[in-house]
Amino acid sequence: MTALTEQIALTRSGTSTRSRKGPSKGLDALFRAASYGSALLVLVVLAGILGSILYGGWPAFREFGFGFLTSSAWNIGTEQYGALVAVTGTLASALLALVIGVPISLGIAIYLTQLCPGWARKPVGMTIELLAAVPSIIYGMWGLFIFAPFFARFVQMPVSNVVEGLPIVGTLLYARVPSGVGVLTAGIILAIMIVPFVASIARDMLDQIPTILRESAYGIGCTTWEVVRHVLLPQASVSIIGAIMLGLGRALGETMAVTFVVGNANRLSASVFDPGSTIASRIANEFNEADGLQLNSLMALGCILFAITFVVLIIARFLTRRVKVA
Amino acid sequence: MDANNTIRPAPALKPTRIRGSRRVADRTLRLACLLATVLGAVVLGSILLMLIIEGARGFSPLLFTQPTPGPGSEGGGIANAILGSLVLTGIGILVATPIGLMAGTYLAEYGRGSKLAEVIRFLNDILLSAPSILIGLFVYTLMVRPMGSYSGWAGGVALAIIATPVIVRTTEDMLRLVPGTLREAGVALGAPMSTVIRSVTWRAASAGIVTGIILALARIAGETAPLLFTALNNNSWFSRDLMGGVANLPVMIYQFALSPYPNWQQLAWAGALLITMTILLLSVVARVVIKPQTAR
Repeated sequence: MTALTEQIALTRSGTSTRSRKGPSKGLDALFRAASYGSALLVLVVLAGILGSILYGGWPAFREFGFGFLTSSAWNIGTEQYGALVAVTGTLASALLALVIGVPISLGIAIYLTQLCPGWARKPVGMTIELLAAVPSIIYGMWGLFIFAPFFARFVQMPVSNVVEGLPIVGTLLYARVPSGVGVLTAGIILAIMIVPFVASIARDMLDQIPTILRESAYGIGCTTWEVVRHVLLPQASVSIIGAIMLGLGRALGETMAVTFVVGNANRLSASVFDPGSTIASRIANEFNEADGLQLNSLMALGCILFAITFVVLIIARFLTRRVKVA
Repeated sequence: MDANNTIRPAPALKPTRIRGSRRVADRTLRLACLLATVLGAVVLGSILLMLIIEGARGFSPLLFTQPTPGPGSEGGGIANAILGSLVLTGIGILVATPIGLMAGTYLAEYGRGSKLAEVIRFLNDILLSAPSILIGLFVYTLMVRPMGSYSGWAGGVALAIIATPVIVRTTEDMLRLVPGTLREAGVALGAPMSTVIRSVTWRAASAGIVTGIILALARIAGETAPLLFTALNNNSWFSRDLMGGVANLPVMIYQFALSPYPNWQQLAWAGALLITMTILLLSVVARVVIKPQTAR
């Protein structure tokens, strides 16, 4: 606040000199007010988003109470709705995306900062960044028309044949209908989508580590692996976890790509090959035809999604900021 | 950075001095990192190849003159969807640019160090990565339900909400790069704060601010989820007041790609090729614009 009053003092003393050509005191104040108002608008919009979905979802929460979270029903005929399948699908696909995507992201970040020859650094970095610019609906089409048939033929069918009848893996990795779409496919597509984000943040973090640390490690005879494992990753670990959280936030809320490949079934299945649905995909699929309690339940799903992503993004923000300040 | 390239793990050392397990770990890491990067490039290449092969087949001048065909009818183009997308993105960016620019200015200039600016910066980062489908739900409740109809205005506002945090963030970052001495020089000449901001700091940061706007444009041009419940889609030319469903490329692609009609699927591929190329071009342009800024 002191900085603010200083600025005002500066402004006042500026205009109190004999009037020159330029905006009057009124215009100056107007400019300031417009800037202040625009900044407040960000706050209002976020509050509006939360308020509107809470308002819309309230009847569903009131009707089903806490049971909304634990019920796996989604029956339009009997008006019974529960969030369990969608929430499980959202968490499962996002976690699969992290498990697959994070090692690849770190590999790319390490390659770009440590191993890549100088001339190739720009074009390779650009390629990865362009992956982030591809719209999510295009990932959905790629996932459904190119990746899913490939995945069904070369992964789902062989794996299902091998694990059939085995305990645990037999349920976890068995595809009743090897169509290529399902929770794991959604996880893989999400992994591809978060890789460029996590990789580019991790690359920036690795670049910020003082060169002298690396040089010292190499100087005592460390191999690249040892430098990465014992010097670079510990240095950047907090912010890399922040980057992973940002990726998780994206994966949780991603809509179009997932809607194409998740299969959109309301079934709780132990197998990652089976179709399921996520909160976002269910809202995208049903919202336009929904009314009454179904619409309220979809809004309530939106509230749950908001709550989950909000927590994840807040953690991400604290982790990445802590490093910046230090 | 180039200096770092010359530093390598002393290859001159005799191999005998590095234990086998260390060498294996090192080799594995190098190979894994290379593979990860190749994988990224292969996916991008595969996506582009798919779009070009499938999209080029349906490319014809009719795309740009005919509106989308009804279910089961032959031929048709995507002219209404292209125009609709231009209008929606146009509304989005026209609403978002002044708000984002002014809010970013507040964070970097007026509110510097204040508690409120800290909170708004935090919430802006949240809004930046908030699921876009929730923004669709918000605008549905805010505009579509009270107005009683889907509309292009609602779609434009939804896109503006997505574009604004991008512009706020880049504007603030770019204004922070402007040295304080420039501002002090302006104020010392007796210029009011608003004049200093408009003709000194904005001008110094202009390339970066423009980059932010282009990035925001690239971001909203392909957004589908927030348009599903706001602008929806329409298989004919939309009315001039933008009320009712307004055709747009992303939702058209979504509906047509999953339809059973071959000519609809064909149009979806053509639309997908068009929109992806536009967005990739915008992203490349944004990076070229920012170059002189970072070089300074």
